Amino acid sequence: MSDANSTHAVAHHAPPQGFIRKHVFSLDHKVIGLQYYGLALVAVFIAIFLSWLMRIHLVWPNSPIRGLHLLSAAGAPGDVMTPEYYLSILTMHGTLMVFFVLTNAPFAAFGNYFLPIQIGAEDMAFPRFNMMSFWLTFVAFCVLISAFFIPDGPPISGWTAYAPLSAVGGAAGPGLAYGQTLWGISIAIFCIASLLGSLNFIATTLDLRAKGMTMMRMPLCTWAWFITACIALLAFAVLLPACILLCLDRVAGTSFFIPSGLVINDQVLPHSGGSTLLWQHMFWFFGHPEVYIAILPAAGIVSHILINSLRRPLLSHKVVIGSMMAIAFLSYVVWGHHMFISGMNPFSSLAFSFPTLIITIPATILTLIWLGSIYGSRLRITSASLFALGFISLFVSGGVSGFFLAQPSIDIYLHATYFVVGHFHLVMGVAAIFGVFAGTYFWFPKMTGHMMNETLGKLHFWGTFIGAYCIFMPFHYLGMVGNVRRYSTFVDDYLQPYLGVHKFITIAALTTGAFQLIFLANLIYSRFKGPKAPVNPWECTSLEWTIPSPPPFDNFGGVHPVVYHDPYQYGIEGSTGDYVMQTDPANIVVERDEK
Amino acid sequence: MGKLFAVVVILIAIASAIPIFLHWYPMAPDISAHGHLIDEQMADTMAEAGFAFLAAQFLLGFFVFRFADRKDPGKIRTFPGGAKVMVAAAVILVGTEVLALGILGQRAWAGQYFTPPAPDAMTIQTQAGQFAFYFRYPGPDGKFGPQHPDKVNEGTQNYFGLDPANDVESRDDVVTAELGVPVNKEIRLLMHSKDVGHSFYVRELRVQQDFVPGLDLMVHFTATKPGKYEIVCTQLCGLGHYNMKAYMDVMSQEDFDAWMKQKISEQ
Amino acid sequence: MRMKQVCTAALALLIGPASCFAGTVTGKVTVDGPVPKQKVIDMSKEPACAKDYPATNPPKTETAVEGPGNSLADVVVYVSAGANDEGTVPSTAVTLDQKGCRYIKHVTALHVNQDMKVVNSDPTSHNIHPLAKVNREWNKSQPPGSPPIDAKFDQPEFIPVKCNIHPWMHGYIVVLKTNHFGVTGDDGTFSIKDLPPGKYTLTAWQETLGSSQQEVTIGGAGETKTVNFTFKGKAY
Repeated sequence: MSDANSTHAVAHHAPPQGFIRKHVFSLDHKVIGLQYYGLALVAVFIAIFLSWLMRIHLVWPNSPIRGLHLLSAAGAPGDVMTPEYYLSILTMHGTLMVFFVLTNAPFAAFGNYFLPIQIGAEDMAFPRFNMMSFWLTFVAFCVLISAFFIPDGPPISGWTAYAPLSAVGGAAGPGLAYGQTLWGISIAIFCIASLLGSLNFIATTLDLRAKGMTMMRMPLCTWAWFITACIALLAFAVLLPACILLCLDRVAGTSFFIPSGLVINDQVLPHSGGSTLLWQHMFWFFGHPEVYIAILPAAGIVSHILINSLRRPLLSHKVVIGSMMAIAFLSYVVWGHHMFISGMNPFSSLAFSFPTLIITIPATILTLIWLGSIYGSRLRITSASLFALGFISLFVSGGVSGFFLAQPSIDIYLHATYFVVGHFHLVMGVAAIFGVFAGTYFWFPKMTGHMMNETLGKLHFWGTFIGAYCIFMPFHYLGMVGNVRRYSTFVDDYLQPYLGVHKFITIAALTTGAFQLIFLANLIYSRFKGPKAPVNPWECTSLEWTIPSPPPFDNFGGVHPVVYHDPYQYGIEGSTGDYVMQTDPANIVVERDEK
Repeated sequence: MGKLFAVVVILIAIASAIPIFLHWYPMAPDISAHGHLIDEQMADTMAEAGFAFLAAQFLLGFFVFRFADRKDPGKIRTFPGGAKVMVAAAVILVGTEVLALGILGQRAWAGQYFTPPAPDAMTIQTQAGQFAFYFRYPGPDGKFGPQHPDKVNEGTQNYFGLDPANDVESRDDVVTAELGVPVNKEIRLLMHSKDVGHSFYVRELRVQQDFVPGLDLMVHFTATKPGKYEIVCTQLCGLGHYNMKAYMDVMSQEDFDAWMKQKISEQ
Repeated sequence: MRMKQVCTAALALLIGPASCFAGTVTGKVTVDGPVPKQKVIDMSKEPACAKDYPATNPPKTETAVEGPGNSLADVVVYVSAGANDEGTVPSTAVTLDQKGCRYIKHVTALHVNQDMKVVNSDPTSHNIHPLAKVNREWNKSQPPGSPPIDAKFDQPEFIPVKCNIHPWMHGYIVVLKTNHFGVTGDDGTFSIKDLPPGKYTLTAWQETLGSSQQEVTIGGAGETKTVNFTFKGKAY
């Protein structure tokens, strides 16, 4: 509970000078947050474009896609996509989305911008580390994208890069020579950036809270960012050595992941002693917590916005925080559910399946608390609250398909089918993104001083909500019939009857992607021409709504805020009053009847 | 607009459930001895997950319909029981349900992985390599000849790296591109990968198992219905992954014997 | 009229002696002993190609193809020494076709830096992978509907070529620094034309049985010599 004047405090009291210091190499957590957001925006549009190419190819496999040869002459001779280029696009789509969108936007972008403000701090604990973490992320992005421009193209092993395919080098296929090494380097740099970022979040949360801001008085999104940073610290710490070992196998002749006796092109590979399962264990030890890194901040943001829209706190602040912590803890002991049929000991599969099923419980608690809090509330519908409500629907949809995949016996049938792809897209690819959208519509006025256009926002919501269900719900049905994933073309006999479903999905994907252009247009237009935003347009109680829109460089103008309440002093049982800011010493009219 | 949201959510929930209720996308027909346990598990899970899905979406819809943009501000009310009820519901209802699924589901898993094949099961080896499956039968001596990675030669169809000139056991091994099995006979399938990770998946057989380079694995199954079924690779193995498949031909014993004779003559 | 006669005569004088001087070597390649058994290729994993072959005449491997009278097909016979007109790159391209999931032809010979066009005549994607060690190794997919692939090899080499998608598809691309070569057909015969008088070493190469050499001399104008090669067989 040290205040902002302690020795841990930030060393800049003077405003930044000059264009470079203000907008490029900025130490200001707000600018860094926006930089992360901008990077995520670029990454998401590239990744959406790649997904369009994939969907078009799946439905019209041997037809030319006009202009594709400009992206890759080798990958699209005569504009017809080759099987390996499909896999390159698939790999880059996944890598961009999981790392540069889903880790960046809900966590790094919004967390950087709002965590310090919501706890009453002037900036993060280590602004220089913070700046480094963004620019390292940017370098990682550039290294990854450069794989598009080398002759053999990006790697073809998927974002999961399983060994030995990813480890043996170019003999195993195009894109597996330099492309895979670039991927390994990019992700290793990303890991370092994330570790720096997480350190910052944790130190800031523990040390820089304003007077009166106890841990339990932090908003739920702050809690979510803090918990996520703890997960990220341990998870990325394992992915980093995994990527280094992979690169060593590729360029230094080591054999961490390559056993002996492998034959490619009739040549025996000169490796021995490695374990392919070791890569899977290391990757998924990171990979499973990673998906909670993607969803928890979104859940926190949605909780915060939902409370504001409901004009009442959730049924229990403590239980929500406890559930998030339970999810975070359990996320470390379930990674083997990605490996049920991987060849690891089948007893391990059973062992992993139990915590995987149990993680349903805190997730259900969260969902029931959200739903139960809507009861008896005074729900206000805005673009932000629509996305928050949509998040709940998508979290449920994506979550229940997890029931199936958590059981090894059912996984025998559903593993590596479109059922899995539908599951993770609904819960990560859509629900988490809805958290980002909700956060954007909610916090845009604070960050820019302008309001976004509500009509366009609602239109964006409807197109995306209905469109996303049209795309990803059918994936589950395809999974039920055993449609295998990561196929560049559907040549198997049993898949032929389902090509019509794939066509429907492709049209939905193209349409839903197009709706995102409305969002982009709204962002850009409103940034410059949107109506001026008041200090607190949503009548929200947390600290960011006590300062100007946009905030000054040191957030609170040199004043150290003092906090008197928890962040959710909205009208409660029996009350007709509405809200009290955290910094307002006045008490809400009626006693709280629950904590 | 809150009411519109409620209606859309409920419609989406119903529309999503219809293909399941009407069995538009059924699982592939089960032709295995052990598959019924998996199918029962699937049906139980579908019922419970389906109920949870519909209940949650309907609750979301109803609550938003009732409480969004209310003209009469009214008092804010708390859901009866508050958070305690939610925690109890999650732990008791969902908790017991998922644990039941997990415990019951053990049987299907145990049947496949903790129960060894019968001693008289027919042993066949399958090798996965970019981008085809090949199969090897041990022949009359009942033994598989050793594999020599340095002798693998695709041009002469020596996919297994056999050396019949020097290895006696290899001479009667039968290598095929199709997995021929007699119906109702338990098969012990040894799995070997030539190069990278692959996976063996036959939907109708309810069998899926990864090939792990460096680790020789085994699955066992009994096919109960004659016919031709596709074996497809489900572990991303390179550019030809989409085109990596073979046919499993389940035949009567007489047909199998005739097929084996034909294959021996082609060696 | 008279001009035309003079020109024709002049041409005849020029060409005649040249063609009169050019010799031909023909011959037959046979095998003494067994050749490794050519195995039936089961293409069931690719129904698009499997349908091209009737059950009574299934496709077989082509690593040592023996024809009537012990003849050997797909043997490359070329001048390995003695020619002083190497280095002329023919302007026509050689075509390597992929049909019925096989390389047509199984052995394709061409000159260093001569154009090769790879064509996919099948309804399925192929992936051409010349396993070159001296030349640059490359690996390209060719979906049906995509244009022919142009390739060139700038070093002499015997390059095995395979399709990454269909493991049974194997062939050879033989890059030579001479234009004086022939590849035997099903009857085992070859014919090398346009050889100026001189002493030559002929090499015959077969992918499984190895290579052997013989000397031949083209003496006078238009002489035809016959050189036969007999390879020693092997069982495996």
